[in-house]
Amino acid sequence: MEIVKAVTCPVCGSLCDDIEVVMENGKIVDVRNACAAGAAKFLNYNCEHRILKPLIRKNGEFVEVSLDEAIRKAAEILANASYPILYGWSSTSCEAVRVGLELAEEIGGVIDNTSTVCHGPSILSIQDVGIPSCTLGQIRHRADLVVYWGSNPWSAHPRHIERYTAFSEGRFQKSTWRRYLAKIRALIAKKKLERAFKRIFFKREISVPPHLRYEPPPFLERKERKLIVIDVRRTKSAEIADYFIKVEPGKDYELLQALRMLIRDQEIETDKVAGVPVEYLEEVADVMVNCDFGILFFGVGLTMSGAKMRNIDAAICLTRDLNMRTKFVIMPMRGHFNVTGANVVSTWQTGYPFAVDFSLGYPRYNPGETSVVDILLRGESDASLIIASDPASSFPKKAVEHLAKTPLIVIDPHMNVTAQIADVVIPSAFVGIEAEGTAYRMDHVPLPLKKIVEPPEGILPDEEIVRRILVEVRRLKGIGGS
Amino acid sequence: MEILIKNGFVFDPINHINGERMDIAIRNGKIVDSVDESSAKVINASGMIVMPGGVDIHAHIAGSEVNAGRLLRPEDHAKDVEPKTPITRSGVGYSIPSTFTTGYRYSRMGYTTVMNPSMPPLEAKHTHEELSDTPIIDKATFPLLGDWWFALEYLSRGQIEECAKHIAWMITSTKGYAIKIVNPGGLESWGFGKNVESLDTEVPYFNITPREIIRGLCKVNKMLNLPHTIHVHTNNLGKPGNFATCLETMKCVEDLAVDEKPVIHITHCQFCAFKGEDWRTMSSGAEEIAKYVNNRSHVTLDMGQVIFTDTTTMTADGPFQYTLYELSGNKWVNHDVETETSSGIVPFHYRRKSYVHAVQWTIGLELALLIKDTWKIYMTTDHPNGGPFTSYPRIIAWLMSSQARKETLKKVNPRARSKSLLPTIDRELDFYEIAIMTRVGQAKALGLKEKGHLGVGADADVAIYKINPELTDPSKDYKLVRKAFERAAYTIKSGEIVVKDGEVVKHVEGATIWLKIKTSSPIEVSEDIKRRFREYWTVEYENYPVSEKYLAISNPKEVEASI
Repeated sequence: MEIVKAVTCPVCGSLCDDIEVVMENGKIVDVRNACAAGAAKFLNYNCEHRILKPLIRKNGEFVEVSLDEAIRKAAEILANASYPILYGWSSTSCEAVRVGLELAEEIGGVIDNTSTVCHGPSILSIQDVGIPSCTLGQIRHRADLVVYWGSNPWSAHPRHIERYTAFSEGRFQKSTWRRYLAKIRALIAKKKLERAFKRIFFKREISVPPHLRYEPPPFLERKERKLIVIDVRRTKSAEIADYFIKVEPGKDYELLQALRMLIRDQEIETDKVAGVPVEYLEEVADVMVNCDFGILFFGVGLTMSGAKMRNIDAAICLTRDLNMRTKFVIMPMRGHFNVTGANVVSTWQTGYPFAVDFSLGYPRYNPGETSVVDILLRGESDASLIIASDPASSFPKKAVEHLAKTPLIVIDPHMNVTAQIADVVIPSAFVGIEAEGTAYRMDHVPLPLKKIVEPPEGILPDEEIVRRILVEVRRLKGIGGS
Repeated sequence: MEILIKNGFVFDPINHINGERMDIAIRNGKIVDSVDESSAKVINASGMIVMPGGVDIHAHIAGSEVNAGRLLRPEDHAKDVEPKTPITRSGVGYSIPSTFTTGYRYSRMGYTTVMNPSMPPLEAKHTHEELSDTPIIDKATFPLLGDWWFALEYLSRGQIEECAKHIAWMITSTKGYAIKIVNPGGLESWGFGKNVESLDTEVPYFNITPREIIRGLCKVNKMLNLPHTIHVHTNNLGKPGNFATCLETMKCVEDLAVDEKPVIHITHCQFCAFKGEDWRTMSSGAEEIAKYVNNRSHVTLDMGQVIFTDTTTMTADGPFQYTLYELSGNKWVNHDVETETSSGIVPFHYRRKSYVHAVQWTIGLELALLIKDTWKIYMTTDHPNGGPFTSYPRIIAWLMSSQARKETLKKVNPRARSKSLLPTIDRELDFYEIAIMTRVGQAKALGLKEKGHLGVGADADVAIYKINPELTDPSKDYKLVRKAFERAAYTIKSGEIVVKDGEVVKHVEGATIWLKIKTSSPIEVSEDIKRRFREYWTVEYENYPVSEKYLAISNPKEVEASI
């Protein structure tokens, strides 16, 4: 038995790097410290959906081919295309993205990553107003107010609260997990009591328990670490929060602006905003102003609903306003483990984080025009390479139809929906398990991804596959060099 | 490959060669005595200036804050693009060029070595990944250590040797080159939105003052025998009246100097040479600083010259950037890094007609001209804070020609003009002095022995500029000078011709220079760090150091510490 320590988990943007993988005879048999999602990936990555041979569609059927043939076919498609798109990149290493950008530049295509359908609006807002932020350790050490807005870390970033925010212990802040346990015990006891009451008084309705009323609890005013969740529904994260605000769907923008007004000591002449009584909001605004260090995490609930990027504009402006009174920062909850890395690499090579168009020979960026969903909807692209992503299951139907209509290359370890409609499928190794590389955490901290086990025979990492395609494209175009 | 540069006017101050007509021979990436003329590639440099390749001591070209600046400013890139060529990669400018463009543009100006002066240690991999994607030029990067909790704790307890060992571990494991100190104490205070006001304000929770941090790290620098001095961005940067803080900072390490050797580098001095009470009464403190520096030998400076243009300011000085955001109302990025540092970014437009900006412009030039010894002050714009590095040729013209200065003075804010000392300064630098300010002095201050000169054994990094010092009077023909320095006739990097007539003709990778510091007890240190690692950072000890695979070409320099 051998234990590999300090493994970085290639699942979500929290990028926990304290995973211990237990190995026996070159196989992973156990995982320690990981959350359910992380453990599932380490233990079950070699599932039945894995592709083990390169495939090319001939006469409508997939035929197993050699890797060289698949790469040649892929290169032919790309070299002959006049406006190809290269999409995905968020679940692979920065090294692969680097080569991908070189390939996109060589073929004059458009390279885009999954932020285009996720935190793209956040990026547009940052380009509008900037962003006051920090690394996650700063929050662990200093934050006495943690707000999650439109995100559900308990389910989507399961160790986020434990490692970086409310339940973590820092230099200046204590962990609040004891308080949480006490609360849970109280809740259970209360439920039991209620049940007993029900039995005694038959089915008489009893009053709504206090935790379901939306009144801010009195201890919000106390000087200790607090967790507030703002969402359209009572998520698991909301359950553990000290205070939950239920915002009416699509009304986040109003709520944000109302908070901005309150922080600037302006009067709101209505009783409720986005379904929340103004008096409660006043208390929340007080808590925000009076904290020593506050953080607002926001998820796709804010970026992809209602006013989209205007939501984020408002959220960032709220944070900026708060900095007049105290220290306050804001951070997007990035989903895929290396979506941040895809943005970072694209930015240093081209100046732009996503939706980069090389068709004029230099990087051009105009989301809405150069973002792949819009290109597909307009039916402009004539070939696609999809890597480490499954747009066929998340893009609009019309976009997927165009994706299927034009030659499609998929590089992925799994036979996902996109691979099933592809013309060329090249299986790849799992980066972070079967291949090494670098990934960026949601707060832009780079971490190494380890190679723990050998990939199945003949299966290469994304970086290597893309590089081979690039070499082949250059050969076809009659350009020498590496 | 062998190259012979024939008949150029050579400026090589370290070897006391001042414009002599001579040949320079290159073999295998080094300067040699002679090569066989029949087989070597001969460059006819007659009527041209030959200098060592340019060295930039302070330019933010890579890393998380630079990249956050790139992300922040699509409007800055769209106006300045570089299409792909068969030789070069594509990219964008203007104030924060993409990595490839950065390398190409530097080399087109004859620059071959650039120091990236602020690297948050936790994000060192990011900096190195970008540096590896920055072609042609050699580079090094300075980790930010002035607010690192380990350093603060050891210094406050007076355990200077312990501190030195930890700094050695940090520089070596993040592949850094020098100790960078930014607003000491201020960045830690910024963690809770505060700042320190003076050298003697206590840093909250840490029982230490900025003065003690600077002095402590200066001593550490000496114990470790680092090639460069401490590289200091002073407290109170960008505030009226801060010239006093700057003087105080230089004075506080005066007694630590031995043998007239520099012990402190004050970077982008222009930004900390403001007199006055507030922005209305703000004026130049260059005279006072120059007077002090002229009488001392323990300090070197760089200009941090301001250019009238739209640029992007970025420093690790979080509180300063916040002030700038409040002043300008522009978009603002802040990025604090746990246990180590902070940073901020604000786009900024320096306007001729603004009183403050015009005064800033005069301060930089006053500093450069009033400090008599060009070995003490170097030309920078604190790229991109004062303006992009591509404006260096413009500054060269200003330094070489009082007429050029007058032309610009005519167009600036009249109140700033009337208050400036600049019209009374006749000094015009010659090519020899320009060589010192733009490369030789910087290489010397950095302790880069193989760079900044053309003696036998030096790295074959050479810049050739198409200007004839015998026929041109830089004082009058400053526009020619500017043109010549904008587009090098040839740039040779490690013995390869990379630029010809201002165009890149070959894409080569540059090396990353870093220090491998040897202390007597390295193991003890890592045990101590390991113990506290999980408390201080949110990453694992094993994942923190930067491995050599992150460097396109690794060029470690071994340093024997005296502890």
